[in-house]
Amino acid sequence: MQLARVIGSVISTHKDQSLIGHKLLVLQPVSPLRTEIGRPVVAVDSVGAGVGEEVFFVQGREASFPFLPDQVTTDANVVGIVDQWSHQSNTQE
Amino acid sequence: MILAKVVGTVVATRKDERLVGNKLLLVQPLNAKEEPQGGHLVAVDTVDAGVGETVLIVSGSSARMAADLKESPVDAAIVGIVDTVEIDSD
Repeated sequence: MQLARVIGSVISTHKDQSLIGHKLLVLQPVSPLRTEIGRPVVAVDSVGAGVGEEVFFVQGREASFPFLPDQVTTDANVVGIVDQWSHQSNTQE
Repeated sequence: MILAKVVGTVVATRKDERLVGNKLLLVQPLNAKEEPQGGHLVAVDTVDAGVGETVLIVSGSSARMAADLKESPVDAAIVGIVDTVEIDSD
């Protein structure tokens, strides 16, 4: 799993049927020091996260597991909203 | 999933038989400013997207979960056409 900041949302009317009813969030992966890492990722949300929040997300086939037995076509899923994290060089609230 | 722009099509007469009948598109990933960035991908289109559209790409083994790709040798599928992206750029 990876830390990320929710930076936006995506609206898509025409999409895979299994994605209907799922909120799509744009995540920017970040390091523990909040530096941005790589390109943004679009993820479904199974915890009710919103723009501006810091979250962790799971990637790969496991991203669809929270919805089992439904087969949701996704490779990224927000599975936790972070209250705080700590890192040896810097503690984040 | 990633956001990408459809930049072209791919035609292949000789290919794995499980890919026959699938439309292949050439896409380029987008960064947070919605600008194309990085290498291109060939993705199977399951939603009838076209050149110039912004789409959602699902990668890895999850791509096979998209419609009608259960046993296909595929690692990238287009699963949505994007209407709007709202990015909070603070």
